[in-house]
Amino acid sequence: MSHFLDRLTFFKKIQTKFSNGHGVVTNEDRQWEDSYRNRWRFDKVVRSTHGVNCTGSCSWNIHVKNGLVAFEMQATDYPRTRPDMPNHEPRGCPRGASFSWYLYSPLRVKHPLIRERLVSLYRDERDSGKDPVEAWAAIQEDPQKRKKYTAVRGLGGFVRVDWEEVTEIIAAANIYTIKKHGPDRISGFSPIPAMSMISYASGARYLSLIGGACLSFYDWYCDLPPASPQTWGEQTDVPEAADWYNSMYLILAGANVPMTRTPDAHFYSEVRYKGAKVVVLSPDYAENVKFADLWMPAKQGTDAAVFMAMGHVALKEFHVDKQDPYFEEYARAYTDLPMLVMLNKKGKSYSTGRFVRASDFDKSLGESNNPEWKTVVIDEASGDVIAPNGSVGFRWGEDGKWNLQAKKIGRKTSKPRLSLIFDKDDVAEVLFPNFESGKDKPMKRNVPVKKMQIDGKEVLVATVFDLQLAQYGIDRGLGGDCAKGYDDASIPNTPAWAEKITGVKQADIIRTGREFADNAAKTMGKSMVILGAGINHWYHNDMNYRAIMNLLHMCGCVGQSGGGWAHYVGQEKLRPQSGWAPIAFALDWQKPPRHMNGTSFFYFHTDQWRYETLDADALLATSASKNYKGYKLADYNVVSQRLGWLPSAPHFNKNPLDIVKEAEKAGAKDEQGVADYVVEKLKSGEIAFAAEDIDAPENHPRNLFVWRANLIGASAKGHEYFLKHLLGAQNAVMQDVLPEAKGKEIKWHKDAPIAKLDLMVDINFRLNSTGAYSDIVLPTATWYEKNDLNTTDMHPFIHPLTQAVDPGWESKSDWQIFKTIAKKFSELAEKHLEPQKDLVALPILHDTPVEIAQALDVKDWKKGECEPVPGKTLPLLKLVQRNFTDTYKKYTSLGPLLKEQGNNIKGIDWETEKEYEHLKEINYTIQEEGVSKGMPSLENDINVCEAILALAPETNGEVAVRSWKSLGVKTGIDHTHLALPREDEKITFRDIKAQPRKIITAPTWSGIESEKVSYNAGYTNIHERIPFRTITGRAQFYQDHQWMRDFGEGFCSYRPAVDMQSTDLMKKKLGDKPHLTLNWITPHGKWGIHSTYHDNLRMLSLSRGGPHIWISENDAKSIGMEDNDWAEVINVNGATMVRVVVSQRVPDGMTLMYHAQEKNVNAPGSNTTGKRGGIHNSVTRITVKPTHMIGGYAQLSYGLNYYGTVGSQRDEYVIVHKIENPDIQWLEKPLTDEREAALNPDGVHQAPYTCEDSE
Amino acid sequence: MNLTNFLFGVYPYIALTTFFVGSLIRFDREQYTWKADSSQLFEKELLRKGSILFHIGILALFFGHFAGLVTPHSMFLNMGISDMAHQYIAIILGAVFGSVCMMGGVILWKRRMYNPRVRANSRFMDIFILDWILVTLAVGLITIPVSIYHAVNGDATTMVMLAEWVQGVLKLNAEPYLLNDVGFIYKLHLFLGMSVFFLFPFTRLVHVWSAPLSYIFRPYQLVRTKMIKQR
Repeated sequence: MSHFLDRLTFFKKIQTKFSNGHGVVTNEDRQWEDSYRNRWRFDKVVRSTHGVNCTGSCSWNIHVKNGLVAFEMQATDYPRTRPDMPNHEPRGCPRGASFSWYLYSPLRVKHPLIRERLVSLYRDERDSGKDPVEAWAAIQEDPQKRKKYTAVRGLGGFVRVDWEEVTEIIAAANIYTIKKHGPDRISGFSPIPAMSMISYASGARYLSLIGGACLSFYDWYCDLPPASPQTWGEQTDVPEAADWYNSMYLILAGANVPMTRTPDAHFYSEVRYKGAKVVVLSPDYAENVKFADLWMPAKQGTDAAVFMAMGHVALKEFHVDKQDPYFEEYARAYTDLPMLVMLNKKGKSYSTGRFVRASDFDKSLGESNNPEWKTVVIDEASGDVIAPNGSVGFRWGEDGKWNLQAKKIGRKTSKPRLSLIFDKDDVAEVLFPNFESGKDKPMKRNVPVKKMQIDGKEVLVATVFDLQLAQYGIDRGLGGDCAKGYDDASIPNTPAWAEKITGVKQADIIRTGREFADNAAKTMGKSMVILGAGINHWYHNDMNYRAIMNLLHMCGCVGQSGGGWAHYVGQEKLRPQSGWAPIAFALDWQKPPRHMNGTSFFYFHTDQWRYETLDADALLATSASKNYKGYKLADYNVVSQRLGWLPSAPHFNKNPLDIVKEAEKAGAKDEQGVADYVVEKLKSGEIAFAAEDIDAPENHPRNLFVWRANLIGASAKGHEYFLKHLLGAQNAVMQDVLPEAKGKEIKWHKDAPIAKLDLMVDINFRLNSTGAYSDIVLPTATWYEKNDLNTTDMHPFIHPLTQAVDPGWESKSDWQIFKTIAKKFSELAEKHLEPQKDLVALPILHDTPVEIAQALDVKDWKKGECEPVPGKTLPLLKLVQRNFTDTYKKYTSLGPLLKEQGNNIKGIDWETEKEYEHLKEINYTIQEEGVSKGMPSLENDINVCEAILALAPETNGEVAVRSWKSLGVKTGIDHTHLALPREDEKITFRDIKAQPRKIITAPTWSGIESEKVSYNAGYTNIHERIPFRTITGRAQFYQDHQWMRDFGEGFCSYRPAVDMQSTDLMKKKLGDKPHLTLNWITPHGKWGIHSTYHDNLRMLSLSRGGPHIWISENDAKSIGMEDNDWAEVINVNGATMVRVVVSQRVPDGMTLMYHAQEKNVNAPGSNTTGKRGGIHNSVTRITVKPTHMIGGYAQLSYGLNYYGTVGSQRDEYVIVHKIENPDIQWLEKPLTDEREAALNPDGVHQAPYTCEDSE
Repeated sequence: MNLTNFLFGVYPYIALTTFFVGSLIRFDREQYTWKADSSQLFEKELLRKGSILFHIGILALFFGHFAGLVTPHSMFLNMGISDMAHQYIAIILGAVFGSVCMMGGVILWKRRMYNPRVRANSRFMDIFILDWILVTLAVGLITIPVSIYHAVNGDATTMVMLAEWVQGVLKLNAEPYLLNDVGFIYKLHLFLGMSVFFLFPFTRLVHVWSAPLSYIFRPYQLVRTKMIKQR
């Protein structure tokens, strides 16, 4: 009744005593406990999940009370697995369980926000009578006005504004940019669509409709393993977590499963109870090491050496000393090992050349279609050279032969010969690149060869198998240099050699290599390697990865249940991808969309290329052609763009709309005419690629949308360069541009421009660094406030995000936000943008017929080596009709192209008219007059979900069967049995709201959904004999592209980390002060997923409560540092302020900073830079790798997030020193003119605001 | 009723009633507001210095006032403490602990006003009550020279009168006329001090009621019954 009266129990309070009076039983008021009971009471439960960052895809029950989200709990109603297989659930982890905190937290963005200085400028212009677009133009065209708001990015100063005005400003900015600079100067960044597909699609659809460029993210995050496209022509396909349980031997490298795959980690421990052996490679005593039978503490970044040495053992014992029949058969059928390679003479020795092609022989071996793209083998029985089915030449232009079935010769079945050793004409000395010391010191190996007449010349050829054995240093009795035994440390790739490099005992390497192979031989491939960021985030990541893939292919593991390559970092599986892509990129209305690879975009536009210290020449093999000697890394990217390999945004130094107008004025009638015009102008130099003068104002990106992402606070590698050049904000770059970075292809301005972006818009539910540096922040619905779809590769289920409560305050779902912007844009476009054609420079895309562009070598039209031909030696030049005023109508309806042209994925086409008509009935149709009348509605997010589910083969059985039929035409094999049992099934949004549903097997993916095996990548390549999408149609040990060979990566080898040279200047600055120089390792953390969660109260309480790094006890002791001391981490790129965790877990010489600990919580000022103490990326700078720029070459062709440069950051070194004064200045002081003007740290040259040519 | 009668005859009861009844209502109705509202999360170095000094000072002052003013006059005499001795004890202890409290209070005040993080998290009442206590304390300290003057002149009447008045109030027999000859500065101090009681339930001062003294004496383990209501 009354708390007070209820407590008046003084004399009755103690009932009894126990334990000699140490304990008492009391009788007192316990009403206060009800508050805890009420905390967990609720009115309703709604299913949702977490919509970006984590790829775990765990189903959650959201408990709602009194209209507010009270808490979330793991849903435990997943469909059961088959007997003898553990269930998937409960899924979820402490991070996901803490999400509801954000909804009502101080970090929540509640209203549209805009930089106060910008909105007052805009209102002044509007008040003076200008319309919105003119008003925006007036601000942009006056440098002083523009500077007023760009220079204070990151310094607060937001005010509330209403949706009407804020969308008007955004639309005006977009229209101005389209008119003045071109639509390709508008871009958008949003990652990992699979986690909330509709949200991703919203911005991407809007941008695609207006001609903006969507930036890739997977490669930018360096989570894309370029080795996967190189080897399989597959972006990334991996086993579901349950398949770990089918394995008998697991090696983990660089993937800390319990930490980063928390909901799946139970399979990892359960499989040990089944008897599997677990070996972990990790430099530190990571959480996954606890589960291991053997820990191999390899020095960070040297994993390739360990796996090369294990490959050495497997080859020696299972391919040479004895020939394991399973391995041999696998190698013959599914790998390029039997393929013939030409040897090029270099003095007395030879270097490895390209694959021999059918076209090299008389009458092209009878192949009239694409003979240059058909690789060859020697048939064992006849000794004839034949072109086996499945190579890329069979994929395009003919049907029925693109498969991995053995070729019939007459009535006989051919059998490719693996080794020429018993059939050799000679033994040749072949030079293999060896980068052990950093630079190539080639090694000589003897290889059995055959002599052939090609083009009237005698040419030596060898099989990939023989070359590969030689390169691994295996002694085949042919003399010359090779390993005398496993303990021969002088020969690369032996276990003893690997011990020297990695510190792992050779006995462990030998035993593990042997056991791994032996287990695979006995179980037909149930040996698996789980790998991830720890080994992928290096400059030479493809070496780490290919070393592993080599081992797996030697042992026949890929495509076998319980075996293969399990890459888990940033990977995602947008299961209904083919239903989603047409909506996301507006392919239902117009094609092609504009895409841009994120890494190259940021490398150029944040001017990190102007600080490049890595010498491209030093990366080349000694055998490299001299074509590009002296080229800088950025120069290679320019070459790549102009050859049509990598995309570009902006494309050219002119507005693409104007180019079309000029072409039409000059008489061009159609797409071909415009293309011809552009080719002429490119040749004459009147039009140039933007990258050739990337710092010129006309080539700046102008508008950037960021949604579902924390670009600046988490993934801005080279964070401070972003702040400096892209945003023109306060930054901590400690150096000026390096004149040495000046190259041959890009115009060099004395000063690098700053504040390239006119407008950055952040769409977010929380105010993080991206918002803080943006000009406009729009409040979006959280993951419990919208309807969306969510899938992962960790399990085969699709489930929804659903709206448990209405979007809080003034927020709206992303779909509604972009709809609102589209509406305003369409209105304002009436006056400013007439219907017109846009020129899209489309790179040569993977999985399209043009992916076979330059077959034998690289010819560069700019160097006069060939003609510029769109789609061959130049990007495709495509016209897209843009009726800007229809943007809203197109955005909100499903366009006619799906009905007219059907749908497709990965080169497989099918009709989809039936689904289109079906969607008219379930989504209803648009009634409003105009272009979209009568079409299925996409007005709200559930409409979009239904459309995706209906269109995708994964969720619509009929479509699945249809798409398999279509693939069957190409392969000549009937695959429909994979989907027929589920043909009648249609998964709808209401179904998945009720329970997560297992998807249907579709040709989009290389694994199958079945009651007999778990999902495993490459399964259909092996069991259905569908080729890998590579040049040979098989898994590649050898990369024969000219640039691959030039950069010494024809075969995989160990390459040490590159030297970023970022610490010397700082060492000088510190002088005698004790400090450490440490390798900067930024793995995933325990108490956050990227920048999300780590800043919520619950996770802060569980962790150190702010930014921190880990260092070893010895390192700490050597400079007198203790646990929890403040330290400054610094190099030329910037600084970050952290507390130090001193731990035995960490080896000497490296420091770990769990990445993306944002600077919005407890980040003090840095004394060295005078700015706030940064994030983990404040001390990184990206550098690109030319081999990742290759295109137009089967598997080495561009695709969004499929191939391209990657933002590696683990080769970086930093200096760590103690900050004595614990009372660190928090920089919470008012903005003075002086402070505003000092954009750079003291003593760093400040470029003038406007970028004038000053050379 | 003149002002004196009101202030020293009626106001004490208004203040005390508000103090007790207000505390009771707040305890019963607003349990979640029953707390000290610590700002240690925002700043702790100054807090440590200021808070300890302030609390030592103010607790000593409270108990000093209580002992000095509420103890019956005769009891002092029985204990052999003369009025003059009483006066000197009061002056010395008051000066020492008053200064300690003042030092702490000024540190806390400075911190509350000038640390932006603490300031941003302060409610009006947090600042107001701190100001009020400091003014009360300052006025209390100003009375010391006056008391010294009295003591030097061997005059203890003011002190005795104040004690008599306090005891009168507590005996529900307030005699405001006792203060007729007491100096203005004392009266001001009385008013300010009574008002602290008046303001008490509306501020963070309620934490005083819940000082966790029982922790010092309680057994290690407490087990509770389900406390099923007896019917």
